[in-house]
Amino acid sequence: MEPISGVPALIAMALKGPIIFGIVMVVVAYTTLAERRVSAWIQDRSGPNRVGPFGLLQPIADGIKNIIKEETLPATASRFFFILAPILVLVPSLVTFAVIPFAAPLPTPWGVVDMVIADLPIGILYVLAFSSLAVYGVVLGGWASNNKYAFLGGLRASAQMVSYEVSLGLSLIAVLMLAGNVTLTEIIWKQQQLGMWFALPLSLAFILFVISAFAETNRLPFDMPEAESELITGYHTEYSAMKFSAFMISEFGHMVTASAMMATLFFGGWDLPGTWDDAFWYQGQLISGFAADGSVILANPAWWKTLLTFAGFGAKTALFLVLYIWVRWTLPRFRYDQVMSLGWKVMLPTALAYMMLIAGTILTLDTIGMTWGFGYGLALTAVSGAATVAFVFFLDRGRTIAGAAAQRAQRVEVKTIPGAVARAGR
Amino acid sequence: MTTVLFYVFAGIAIGAAIGVVISRSPVGSLLFMVTTLAAIAGTFVLMEAHFLAAVQVIVYAGAIMVLFLFVIMLLNLGHEAQRDLKGGAFAVVAAGVGGAMAGMLALQLRGADVAATGAGAEAIAAATAEYGAVGAIARPLYTTYVVPFEITGILLLVAIVGAVVLAKRSDA
Repeated sequence: MEPISGVPALIAMALKGPIIFGIVMVVVAYTTLAERRVSAWIQDRSGPNRVGPFGLLQPIADGIKNIIKEETLPATASRFFFILAPILVLVPSLVTFAVIPFAAPLPTPWGVVDMVIADLPIGILYVLAFSSLAVYGVVLGGWASNNKYAFLGGLRASAQMVSYEVSLGLSLIAVLMLAGNVTLTEIIWKQQQLGMWFALPLSLAFILFVISAFAETNRLPFDMPEAESELITGYHTEYSAMKFSAFMISEFGHMVTASAMMATLFFGGWDLPGTWDDAFWYQGQLISGFAADGSVILANPAWWKTLLTFAGFGAKTALFLVLYIWVRWTLPRFRYDQVMSLGWKVMLPTALAYMMLIAGTILTLDTIGMTWGFGYGLALTAVSGAATVAFVFFLDRGRTIAGAAAQRAQRVEVKTIPGAVARAGR
Repeated sequence: MTTVLFYVFAGIAIGAAIGVVISRSPVGSLLFMVTTLAAIAGTFVLMEAHFLAAVQVIVYAGAIMVLFLFVIMLLNLGHEAQRDLKGGAFAVVAAGVGGAMAGMLALQLRGADVAATGAGAEAIAAATAEYGAVGAIARPLYTTYVVPFEITGILLLVAIVGAVVLAKRSDA
């Protein structure tokens, strides 16, 4: 099969962008509903269930409400920057999805269409570049509001995002070393070839990435920039109507992108178990693997494969979205100094040490001539698993893993006072 | 198409660079600076230097963020900075120096072949095809130029240690 070219390629390009943008926006809207419903279930409430069946029309009602609400502009705010900030927040959160492959290539009568909007040669660096721009809108919004709570929220956001960006990048390096390239299509292809998803051979990188991504998206337990008990709602305190909505959409957009990144980097992206769906452009041919003698096995793309892998990608992304919501309504918020010390004293050294460990392991495996495949993955899984257990154990400091025995030692026993019993019985 | 886009990015870069100098508020200057660097990243993309473009944004966005914090922490909130630096004589000197630099650049580039053609472009295309956009830069960096690269690393480490020492000393 030939890749699509010429006018059909342009049409495919023009179709993919708006369709994916639309899907992402709908997913964002329904993530807000999911958050409210799931939080309600966690807290044994019903949640919003009045608008439409199961409250399914709630996001539309919210959208209409936000559009027709009055826009406010604080008298002391700097007008231009105040309006610019929501735009600067919204754009990076929505454009990052462009490089994430969402399904196996789709065959059409005019050629094979890649199911990714733009397979940039820099792939993941594009995501990092835009996520580093996202903090500008937050800080600018906090500053332009001319409100001390908003200002403090903006400052916290900048410090937090700059700190956790470091460990996020370092945890990614392990993935890049193993995949040998930065394009997301090739990272997925390497996971297909390895026979296991990178969450196993790079388990500690996965944990570090998830924690850093939570901090980068300002979600609980890292939502210091908008901690409502301290800062009202932080950097978007002064925003109302659609401008507030833009901050909200960008937060959920970041969540969706981060979930899709976790699925792509560590859970094989659109890859489903088995080799039936493997596909990669190799020297102008769509291949599904290499035969024992080094010759290529051509892939056989089909529309049902594209559909199934798209569903798989959606399911994985949804899984991480649920994780986001679940964590938010389970864990309490960190103190600000705890956020900083976790970032610089735990995450950063761990990420550095782990990077060295993985580099050493990969070098050793390559030196002894192990071929890229399941055994390679198992060796890395063993090393990473040991590192993960050590990391969790030392971070836990015997609180959860040691279990009931350790907790019993910390328990404050309630002493029964004989007189009190006598009085209660009277 | 590429030529049109180049002039768009170049125009934005130059316009925003002028904005950095003449903007009255320091925050405005900073945002103009980010715009300039982003537009330069855009021209890098047009030259097929994708990695350089990404690094340009990642490195400078982070660096300017820190500058941004300095500005909003150290300058008065909500007040536009005084224009005391921008006297008439200062403007004349600045325009003179800037004009001289632009003139020298124009003199150097006049008649020079600036298009990406010839053996150099072919070598770059071959390396990119073989190792990918990042590998094409990483390979020479970690083989031919590994010593200067490591020395730069040591330089940065010294700078970090120095900054920490200074911060600790003023603290005590």
